Amino acid sequence: MTTFLWVIVPYVCLAVFVVGHVWRYRYDKFGWTTRSSQLYESRLLRIGSPLFHFGMLGVVMGHVIGLVVPQVWTNALGLSPHAYHVIALAGGIPAGVAALVGLAILVYRRRTTGPVFRATTVNDKVMYAVLGAVVALGMWNTVAGSLLQFGGEYNYREGVSVWFRSIFLFRPEAGLMAEAPLGFQLHALLAFALFAMWPFTRLVHVFSAPIGYLTRPYLVYRSKDPRPGRGTGNRAPQRGWDKPELTRK
Amino acid sequence: MRVMAQMAMVMNLDKCIGCHTCSVTCKQAWTNRAGTEYVWFNNVETRPGLGYPRGYEDQDEWMGGWVLRNGRLRLRAGGRLKKLALIFSNPKMPSIQDYYEPWTYDYETLLNAPAQKTFPVARPHSLISGKPINVSWSANWDDDLGGSREHAVKDPMLKGIEDKVRMEFEKTFMFYLPRICEHCLNPSCAASCPSGAIYKREEDGIVLVDQDRCRGWRMCITGCPYKKVYFNHKTGKAEKCTFCYPRIEVGIPTVCSETCVGRLRYIGLVLYDADKVLEAATVEDDHDLYEAQLGVFLDPEDPEVRREAEAAGIPADWVEAARRSPVKKLILDHRVALPLHPEYRTMPMVWYIPPLSPVVDVVKDTGHDAEDVDNLFGAIETLRIPVEYLANLFTAGDVAPVDRVLRKLAAMRSYMRDINLGRDPRDEIPAAVGMEGEQMYEMFRLLALAKYSERYVIPPAHAEQAHALEELATECSVSAYGGGQQDVFGEGSGAAPTPVAVENFRVLQQTQSADSLEELPGDNPLRGRVNLLTWDGRGMPDGLFPSDQEAAR
Repeated sequence: MTTFLWVIVPYVCLAVFVVGHVWRYRYDKFGWTTRSSQLYESRLLRIGSPLFHFGMLGVVMGHVIGLVVPQVWTNALGLSPHAYHVIALAGGIPAGVAALVGLAILVYRRRTTGPVFRATTVNDKVMYAVLGAVVALGMWNTVAGSLLQFGGEYNYREGVSVWFRSIFLFRPEAGLMAEAPLGFQLHALLAFALFAMWPFTRLVHVFSAPIGYLTRPYLVYRSKDPRPGRGTGNRAPQRGWDKPELTRK
Repeated sequence: MRVMAQMAMVMNLDKCIGCHTCSVTCKQAWTNRAGTEYVWFNNVETRPGLGYPRGYEDQDEWMGGWVLRNGRLRLRAGGRLKKLALIFSNPKMPSIQDYYEPWTYDYETLLNAPAQKTFPVARPHSLISGKPINVSWSANWDDDLGGSREHAVKDPMLKGIEDKVRMEFEKTFMFYLPRICEHCLNPSCAASCPSGAIYKREEDGIVLVDQDRCRGWRMCITGCPYKKVYFNHKTGKAEKCTFCYPRIEVGIPTVCSETCVGRLRYIGLVLYDADKVLEAATVEDDHDLYEAQLGVFLDPEDPEVRREAEAAGIPADWVEAARRSPVKKLILDHRVALPLHPEYRTMPMVWYIPPLSPVVDVVKDTGHDAEDVDNLFGAIETLRIPVEYLANLFTAGDVAPVDRVLRKLAAMRSYMRDINLGRDPRDEIPAAVGMEGEQMYEMFRLLALAKYSERYVIPPAHAEQAHALEELATECSVSAYGGGQQDVFGEGSGAAPTPVAVENFRVLQQTQSADSLEELPGDNPLRGRVNLLTWDGRGMPDGLFPSDQEAAR
């Protein structure tokens, strides 16, 4: 069971994540968007969306530092585990709260604004549930585990982080996760489930962050595509799984 | 000098009767889909009026286009860093209410209603929320000055002259303004796109959205000061007027032009110097922008321009088409067409001949001769309000160019009346506006009589060249073995056949520009190939209908 949960599941999820993105990019460039609902409602979106997204950016950065940087490195810098923890909590809690509150506003908006709710697919709802659970469990781990220290102290940088790195080094140390508190286990499992869903949901928009905009010239000139059928409005059917709007009902 | 070709349009506003045929046919062709119910690539607004979306010209509110800051051209809504910082929620995007909430009617009630005393009513239902709505705004709610006291007074273009404009219905002036995407030389929508999905085509300057690259960030909608990029709320992608490029590529005009009842649209090429665009868009004074924009165009009669055009890879027939271009004639030769809102500094490529009718109407109503040149000149002089209003639309508020154009139109009216009535033409009339009789007659011909082939001078795209180049590598060897026959390697091998759509387009083009079907040249391969899709109701082509004898049997 330990091997299944902490070795097989992560590898399967990561494989789906990578292959899924390649597949989706090749077959559904047209659907590669997050289908903005700003046209329907913008008052709540203006508060919720930046709150959630900037919060998430902070959360992701915190995870990169906490999971990727080994404890010995920060120790070598003269940063004691305790001092590191204080810094991590100081940065992590505001970011996490922003993401959670933002997400709550966005989900509230999605549920209560008629047109936005109508534009929400089952796919979206499942994704929001998993995403919400992952964020909530993460907050729980931080607040209950690290801040209030329910059930004793747990240093994830000697457990979860080592396991996480070991996956990418192809020497998975499943035992470390089996010993971790339940909150961390659930958080990790759901996060991998989210990774597996990722390429098939609107989350793909994360990978179209327009960094190139900063360096490209303002105006783009392009030549007509001379290949037959290209550039004349004919497009091969591309959505792999999504039925066109007209046939969905 | 870097010569580029641009497909451009001129609309003669005096001829627009506000029938919305262009809007409807455009919608049927391009935006009759879920997600684009509220989208009108072509719309016709009554001016003075709010336009569509409501009050889109108020750039303090919507932040579209470019501004000059410290001598440099910048996007009004902010540069690249600001755009990325605001990417999670675009603060300056019109909501669906600013366009209008599209609706349909509950027709089912009409069919399913039981027998009853009163007639059943089909209530309007929103296409956005699906709920019953009270329709209170639309794309042309203030059509024909409807509710002008409430709406037209808020027209952003009345700023500065609002106290002088009388909004009493019988005393005001009015004209129609059909609008499509301007296909600008310096498009701020393209500059605003974080994904780089909006591009300008090198060959003909048409601005398009690459649907596969668009990621739905919505910055283009803010960037376009004309609000002519729309958000498809079903696909989450931006969509805009395509200048009907599949039609233009085979040499026929856009749907809006083709179906225009008043025949007020002209399509043709202009050549311009791409190196000068930025410089012209950066001139200090808004009032100089019209002249600066004229300075960007190149004269295809100039041998050096033609040499450079050839060097830039513009085909000879395109340069020839640029020489015959009605757009070039109206913009550069006669100088009666003006750009819409040059102050946005996007260098729009759909130009307008301002309407003389507000002036003519006033003169006529006072009982004076509305075709007498002195009366008209006097009226242009005294009727400052329509002239100032037109200047706000077409020359960033500079009255002088509008004045000149209106005088030319007035002079033409007067000059041509003499000719039509068989009197001696008075050469002092064209001279008063700096023209010669011959030129004035030419202008009259183009504005009043020009036929299909003169209004639309559209050289087909050179897709065949690309194909010919491919043939060098692939088809020569085939012809070396099989004498160039098709299908040597089985069915479908060899050169691709002409797609049906293209063939139908060509037939349409031929029949539209011929006076009768019999006029098609005898060796024309399309002769006798009229089908139901291409038949326009004229004549009875062979083989389309059963003969009387066959029908009798």
